[in-house]
Amino acid sequence: MKTLDRLRQGLLRNRAWDLTRPDLSLELNTSHGTLLYLEDISVSFDGFRAIDGLNLYIDAGELRCIIGPNGAGKTTMMDIITGKTRPDTGTAWFGQTIDLLRLSEPEIASVGIGRKFQKPSVFEPLTVFENLELAMAADKRVWPTLRARITPEQRTRIEEVLETIGLQEHRTRRAGALSHGQKQWLEIGMLLMQAPHLLLVDEPVAGMTHQEMDRTAELLTSLAGKHSVVVVEHDMDFVRSIANKVTVLHQGRVLAEGTMDEVQNDPRVIEVYLGGEDVHGPMA
Amino acid sequence: MPVRCLSRGGGTGGWRAGLIAGLLLIALIPTAFADPADFQRGAALIAENRFASLEEGVALVAASGDPQARKLLLALQGSDLYLRKSDRTLVVAARGTDGYDLLDPLTGEPAGSVASKRELKRVRINNRLRSQLRSAIAGLDLSHPDPAVRLSGVTEMIANLDAEGLDLLRARMPNEPDAEVREAMTTAIALGDLESPDPEARIASLAELKGTLHPAVRGSIRRLIDTDPDPEVRQAAQRATDSIEFKLQLYSLAETLFFGLSLGSVLVLAAIGLAITFGVMGVINMAHGELIMLGAYTTYIVQQLMPDHIGASVLIAVPAAFLVSGAVGILIERGVIRFLYGRPLETLLATFGISLVLQQLVRTLISPQNVPVANPEWMSGAWQINSVLSLTMNRMVIIAFCLIVFAALYLVMRRTALGLQVRAVSQNRAMARAMGVRSARVDALTFGLGSGIAGVAGVALSQLTNVGPNLGQSYIIDSFMVVVFGGVGNLWGTLVAGMSLGVVNKFLEPWAGAVLAKILVLVFIILFIQKRPRGLFPQKGRAAEA
Amino acid sequence: MRLEALHLDRGGRIFLALLAVTTLLVPILNLAVPADSPLHVSTYTVTLLGKYLTYALLAVAVDLVWGYLGILSLGHGAFFALGGYAMGMYLMLQIGDRGVYGNPDLPDFMVFLNWHELPWFWHGFDMFWFAALMVILVPGTLAFVFGWLTFRSRVTGVYLSIITQALTYALMLAFFRNEMGFGGNNGLTDFKDLLGFDLQSDATRIGLFIASALALAGGYLACRYLVNSKLGRVAVAIRDAESRTRFIGYRVEQVKLWIFTFSAVLAGIAGALYVPQVGIINPGEFSPLNSIEIVVWVAIGGRATLYGAVLGALLVNYGKTYLTGVMPDAWLFALGGLFVLVTLFLPQGIAGLMRRKEVQA
Repeated sequence: MKTLDRLRQGLLRNRAWDLTRPDLSLELNTSHGTLLYLEDISVSFDGFRAIDGLNLYIDAGELRCIIGPNGAGKTTMMDIITGKTRPDTGTAWFGQTIDLLRLSEPEIASVGIGRKFQKPSVFEPLTVFENLELAMAADKRVWPTLRARITPEQRTRIEEVLETIGLQEHRTRRAGALSHGQKQWLEIGMLLMQAPHLLLVDEPVAGMTHQEMDRTAELLTSLAGKHSVVVVEHDMDFVRSIANKVTVLHQGRVLAEGTMDEVQNDPRVIEVYLGGEDVHGPMA
Repeated sequence: MPVRCLSRGGGTGGWRAGLIAGLLLIALIPTAFADPADFQRGAALIAENRFASLEEGVALVAASGDPQARKLLLALQGSDLYLRKSDRTLVVAARGTDGYDLLDPLTGEPAGSVASKRELKRVRINNRLRSQLRSAIAGLDLSHPDPAVRLSGVTEMIANLDAEGLDLLRARMPNEPDAEVREAMTTAIALGDLESPDPEARIASLAELKGTLHPAVRGSIRRLIDTDPDPEVRQAAQRATDSIEFKLQLYSLAETLFFGLSLGSVLVLAAIGLAITFGVMGVINMAHGELIMLGAYTTYIVQQLMPDHIGASVLIAVPAAFLVSGAVGILIERGVIRFLYGRPLETLLATFGISLVLQQLVRTLISPQNVPVANPEWMSGAWQINSVLSLTMNRMVIIAFCLIVFAALYLVMRRTALGLQVRAVSQNRAMARAMGVRSARVDALTFGLGSGIAGVAGVALSQLTNVGPNLGQSYIIDSFMVVVFGGVGNLWGTLVAGMSLGVVNKFLEPWAGAVLAKILVLVFIILFIQKRPRGLFPQKGRAAEA
Repeated sequence: MRLEALHLDRGGRIFLALLAVTTLLVPILNLAVPADSPLHVSTYTVTLLGKYLTYALLAVAVDLVWGYLGILSLGHGAFFALGGYAMGMYLMLQIGDRGVYGNPDLPDFMVFLNWHELPWFWHGFDMFWFAALMVILVPGTLAFVFGWLTFRSRVTGVYLSIITQALTYALMLAFFRNEMGFGGNNGLTDFKDLLGFDLQSDATRIGLFIASALALAGGYLACRYLVNSKLGRVAVAIRDAESRTRFIGYRVEQVKLWIFTFSAVLAGIAGALYVPQVGIINPGEFSPLNSIEIVVWVAIGGRATLYGAVLGALLVNYGKTYLTGVMPDAWLFALGGLFVLVTLFLPQGIAGLMRRKEVQA
């Protein structure tokens, strides 16, 4: 397996190619059907191993849920994918050509990875419309941004998303004035505006009512297929309602992977959750 | 051999020829054989107050072995020896309550007093006599019971070495009980042997001298490099010079290091309070410099209150300044800063405003000019390690003081309940509160602690620089640089950063000049922060990301 | 609502109208109204107003980076001073042989230092276009290099503020040295004329006043255009949630770098207009206190409004001129008190106060 990996990477990172064109490849290639490869990733903070030899593969168009007790490394994993944290060891590839570890956060965003944070973080002094406008996929360099005018197509796109997230009425309201749930929706809307290949969604339904939760589930499942979606969530009902494949993280590594039922009956998972201290048990 | 020595001695010592006989007496006649009558006769000759008779008189007195001889010669050397006009006897005059008190140099007893110097006539000496006196006194010093006096005698002789002195040293050395004095004597004798006609002896003495730092030694050896007829000796001299130069460089390095550490101590003292308020609490206190200034002014006021006890005043000023600055700090925290937690930029502006007010307050209430702060006696003077390295007392006190303050602060933060609470609040305010820590009180006390330390730093600074309303301003940027460089929230970082910045600054100064060195250090820090935005000793982990 | 590129908010419109009226009225009141009339504006006042206008432009520059981008620069005085020095060097070389020493090639202070030729970095400053270019290039380049180093390594918040302060402090120390070739302690002064116009004449003073007003209006409009553009909204996004902005794909460092550099250029222009009006530039302009004072103008006027910065600069400087004339000791008390009171009780500044009134009405 390891030899194979190395062989694959060797083929991709052809040295002659590197020399003739030192630019990083930003062209997404998922011809093998896999969108994200995390291999052998480890990272530690002050001696604490947050991620410990993690291997994770996400297929194109897949909807994957990631669960695990607090401190299992879920958020750190997202930090690594989005470039906020650099791992000590390991590789992270987006498709077969893009080495995520060599890109900065905005570059990662522009190759098509969007992230929704655990704590809703919208731009509070800007209006809902402006929030979506900023997130919209566009040329995000300085000068084009200064000269940017909204085209009719873009306006239509923003209106569509406003409708999807149900905030048409609030388009001129300051985002800071929205309710918690509305902010969550706005953030999902911003994700949609980015039109990413991979959506990383951290606890999307925290603080939502049941109706809102259902709508979110609906939205996320509808996104899968066109996009790959990775959801980190504690709410097991929600996870059950959307996921066909679940990955359980524990102490920075993959403990189990499979359908919800398989995972729930895995003795190691039961041990971790029942023996552990986590309050959001999957058996709840 | 003495003859050769004289011819080498050249310009400085032509006069000696006529005195050879007299001085040989000092050298060769041991004290035991001294004739007490010589002292009387010598004194009588001196009393004639003519240069010719003086020379002979000095020689006689020096050789007499009389216990008063040294004092008499010292008085003559210091121009304190007079003839009383009334009876033409020798007296030593010293300024008394009214007029001059007199001593009889022959007995050491008081000899009345005179109202004015007009009743006295000074015994005059010329340069030639002055040299003679130096040698004679040095010779007498060699037999003084106090080793320190003997040592200074030898040192004096090294500076004006002549054949007679050498013979005297050779005679004394085997009986010298004190190792240090013997060491100096060996140097002096080796220095004399440099003039030996035997090349072997010259080489041997070069080997002896290659660790010696006395300036006279360096000069003599350098002369050999140029003039010695024997190439081997020239080489040996070159090697000896190299080895001496190396040692000199080592000592000058040590001196620069010492200067650097003392400057570093000042920086650490100025910054350490900030390390608490900025580093631990995250409060940008631009008035920190003014709290230092208040500490310095407290020293001034304490000294005004007890002008007769300057030595103690500084010791009293330390706790006083801590209280004054600490109280002002608590006032600032309660009055302004607590409304601005979580808004660092606003805190920066508000505290800057406070700093302006404090400055102006001092200008209005005390004086817009600098005020004089006296240095206590126990802080003056120097520790003379050897002829090229001396460590001044006030710098040493500052270094020690800095380390004491650091240690005390460190213990407070590590070992006391307050320190524990401070660290708890700084790491997780909500959690600390939930566990019953009264965070508001802790904030005020922490801020007071940091401010009080600033005041203490002010006491130290008052001993080094001018105390004026702008004192604090000149330290605030440096202090921030130290804290940022060391890594916020880390006392050790502050210590290391302050010391290293001080040392770097002092090492840059010789070739860049003081101002440019400072600029270079600033530029260095600006560049350093680019590389390591969290300083030398960053706080790691997710908590630091926030 | 904010989408029109050059939409002007109410405060901005009022400000521009007032500026236009003043610019027209002041020269008339100075030149056409006889000196004994109560309506007459003395040349001294014209120059004073011109000076205030350059301060206002400086404040706008600071508001752009602080109010909209969240960079509290405590070193903008450095860019102002550098622009001023570039202009001062031109004016210095215009003196020619009218200096005390009568040396046609060297400024007085160089003759005094026994220098025999112009240092290389003084060459070209005898031409106005070159000096004008340097007014833009020198502060711009410094800001660009400084910003490139700092923003790239993600130095933010108070760290950045303290470093900018260290920057201007280091420059102050450097310019105090005679060896730097900028006149050391005394700086550059004794200017005679600008583009051939006598600096002491009323007409030149009026001309400089109008130039300052135009520069302020131009700078204001440029900043307004910027903050109303999408880039302006990105700037606000960076100010409030820097890493979030990064995750939606904006190159935060680049945005900061260009806006910071632009702001430094504005500050440089303000400095260049300031120097011929006050007739001197010296290293004191680099002092950290000056830079912080600018921030206070902005804070008092109300940040992230642009016109608030202008208002603050004018009010505080008027207060300073008045107070230092009447009771010099009180000025620092007043300034210090203002810092504290505004941050505690008026976080939005005067502009914020007015807006609140508007909302209530």
